[in-house]
Amino acid sequence: MLKLFLGLEWKSFFRSASFGKTLGLKIIMGFFALYFIVMFLSLGISAFFILKETYPNQEPLFVVNSYLFYWFLGDLVVRFFFQKLPVMSVKPLLTLPIKRHKIVNYVLWKSTVAFFNFLPLFAVIPFGLTLIFNGYPAGNVIIWMLALLLLTLIVNFLNFIIESLSAQSELSALPIVVICSVLFGLDYFQILSISNLFGRAFYAIYESPIFIVVPILVLGVLYRINFKMLCQKLFLDSGLKTRVEEVKSSNLEWTNYFGDMAPFMQLDLKLIWRNKRTKSSVWMLVLGLFYGLFFYTNEKYINAPWMYIFIGVFSTGSFLINFGQFIPAWDSTYYKLLMSQNIKYEKYLKSKFTLMALSVIILFVLGIPYVYFGWKILLAHFASAIYNIGVNTHVMLYGGSYNRKKIDLNQKAAFNYQGTGAMQWLIGIPLLVVPMVVFGLLYYFLNFEYACAIIAGLGVVGIVLHDKLLGIITSKYLKSKYEMIHAFEQDN
Amino acid sequence: MITTSNLTKKYGGTQVLSIASLEIPKGQSFGLVGNNGAGKTTYFSLLLDLIKPSTGFINSNGVQVSTSEDWKSFTSSFIDESFLIGYLTPEEYFYFVGELRGQNKADVNKVLLQFKDFFHDEILGKRKYLRDLSKGNQKKVGIVAALIGNPEVVILDEPFANLDPTTQIRLKSIIKDIAETQGVTVLISSHDLLHITDVCERIVVLEKGEIIKDLETNTETLKELEAHFAN
Repeated sequence: MLKLFLGLEWKSFFRSASFGKTLGLKIIMGFFALYFIVMFLSLGISAFFILKETYPNQEPLFVVNSYLFYWFLGDLVVRFFFQKLPVMSVKPLLTLPIKRHKIVNYVLWKSTVAFFNFLPLFAVIPFGLTLIFNGYPAGNVIIWMLALLLLTLIVNFLNFIIESLSAQSELSALPIVVICSVLFGLDYFQILSISNLFGRAFYAIYESPIFIVVPILVLGVLYRINFKMLCQKLFLDSGLKTRVEEVKSSNLEWTNYFGDMAPFMQLDLKLIWRNKRTKSSVWMLVLGLFYGLFFYTNEKYINAPWMYIFIGVFSTGSFLINFGQFIPAWDSTYYKLLMSQNIKYEKYLKSKFTLMALSVIILFVLGIPYVYFGWKILLAHFASAIYNIGVNTHVMLYGGSYNRKKIDLNQKAAFNYQGTGAMQWLIGIPLLVVPMVVFGLLYYFLNFEYACAIIAGLGVVGIVLHDKLLGIITSKYLKSKYEMIHAFEQDN
Repeated sequence: MITTSNLTKKYGGTQVLSIASLEIPKGQSFGLVGNNGAGKTTYFSLLLDLIKPSTGFINSNGVQVSTSEDWKSFTSSFIDESFLIGYLTPEEYFYFVGELRGQNKADVNKVLLQFKDFFHDEILGKRKYLRDLSKGNQKKVGIVAALIGNPEVVILDEPFANLDPTTQIRLKSIIKDIAETQGVTVLISSHDLLHITDVCERIVVLEKGEIIKDLETNTETLKELEAHFAN
């Protein structure tokens, strides 16, 4: 059975239409993984000696235990955003003679073979070995290491429970953030010293190994809950009987001002409002808008004007970046319709352009209060807004012609990497790095005002050449039309 | 109206479609039958320029479909559910398609009124998104949307599949009507020999990508087709 399931996954990975690109992404991820492994490994090797030096009066093991609570919280938050329960297309299996619990067990067991569960071992094992070499009783240390492994698995299964409970809501990240902040707050303000409790519990396991049954029991219960929840989801009617949404319509008459682009703009606005993934990216706008506050309230950055342009591009362009990077994949599910309807490609692209340009203007206006931190900031933001409209919109549209990945609009948004390919990473270079470098150089050799003027000037050039650029971009889309239609038909 | 010449489509080394010449005059109701893999959908996709021909071309009303986009203004189609926009209501979808074809809301409403029967009170005014409709109702929406905006060419792939018997019968009379009285060229494909002989004046049988029969429909056609597919 296991062999069969693994075979299916192997095939779905290697036979997917976007295989080449997924591989590229996987390689990048591989490098990140390697980096973390090295970090953890060096932490594990050196921790004993570092702790000995910084806390000469305390047991290193005791110190480590007292930090375990923070480890637990951090691990939980990070996993919530980055770890997903392994996905398996289960529908075709339901009618075959396979017991349901086998499928569920397989999915759950598979989740334990995740990078997140192995990573701590790279620190725990060398640390444990150094303890043993330094005369700690080997048996107890091994039990302690086992307890940490159990803790990791507990976090693993706890995360899936939290995820599936909060997946329904729009602001799905809110519960976890609230819970973790409350726990952290309780501990930090000494109302309830959870970290101390955690530390003592793990020390107790070290001293009397019989207590290991406690984490084992907790893990068992969590596994059972996960198992039950997944079993419920395994029935077809939970897929068939999905909640039917009442239509919320809004008046979009104002778009008629844009003439023959109006139907597309209305479509895009509905796209944004009525689908989970796009809707939650609206919240990213708020984040983008306040992004500047992180920097401008900091002495170090307020005195580094070359940072202004980065924040300017980012905060006036947060919609542009979020929305633009998946043009035209947003429309991938009905791309064939658009390609056979009475639509000129150019108009379709122009409506996307208009929407992005409008968002930049609106975000710039909303960001005007930043003038509180100095008029230079406003000037830099103004220059970057023009750069966004003139250059970055076109860059985004051009990059879109390389999009070959379908997007399922109904999935949740935050940290959903569906539809992400190498292009989305590459596009960041002209988008953010180029204006920063240009601005930085000009600022260094000339002065702030000239640098702003030239950035804005580049934007103006883009706006003047808009029709010409759009023509080039359109022909690029036309060239890759068949490829896109084919790719958007694929499910993976 | 639609001229196909030397059209072939190859995937890798295998040829999936090869039509040396096919002429479909204006106002004809044209039926395409054939077993799975015979090339019906491939032909329709080529007609809509969704895939690229390996050789040859299709000329629709004087426009070569793979080089110009001008055919789009007089051609409409429904191939499968990927032609629907899931997050719109049926009304919004009709208005959207209508607007693309230069029809205002009143025009679209007039068309929809004709299909009141066809919708069977399950489509309009239900405040539901298309993604929440059943497969059959989605299909109805797609077919009706393809009839908005006075197209001269209508292409429907398997229009009868997934529909209930009542709707199938209504659809047949709709297709006959637009071909006979409005001079619309209708191209449909189907696995249902009875329906297609009922509706179409002419039936072409495809097998492994090639035309092996080209029949004017008469009382004997159904028997002939049945005999052909029985072997």
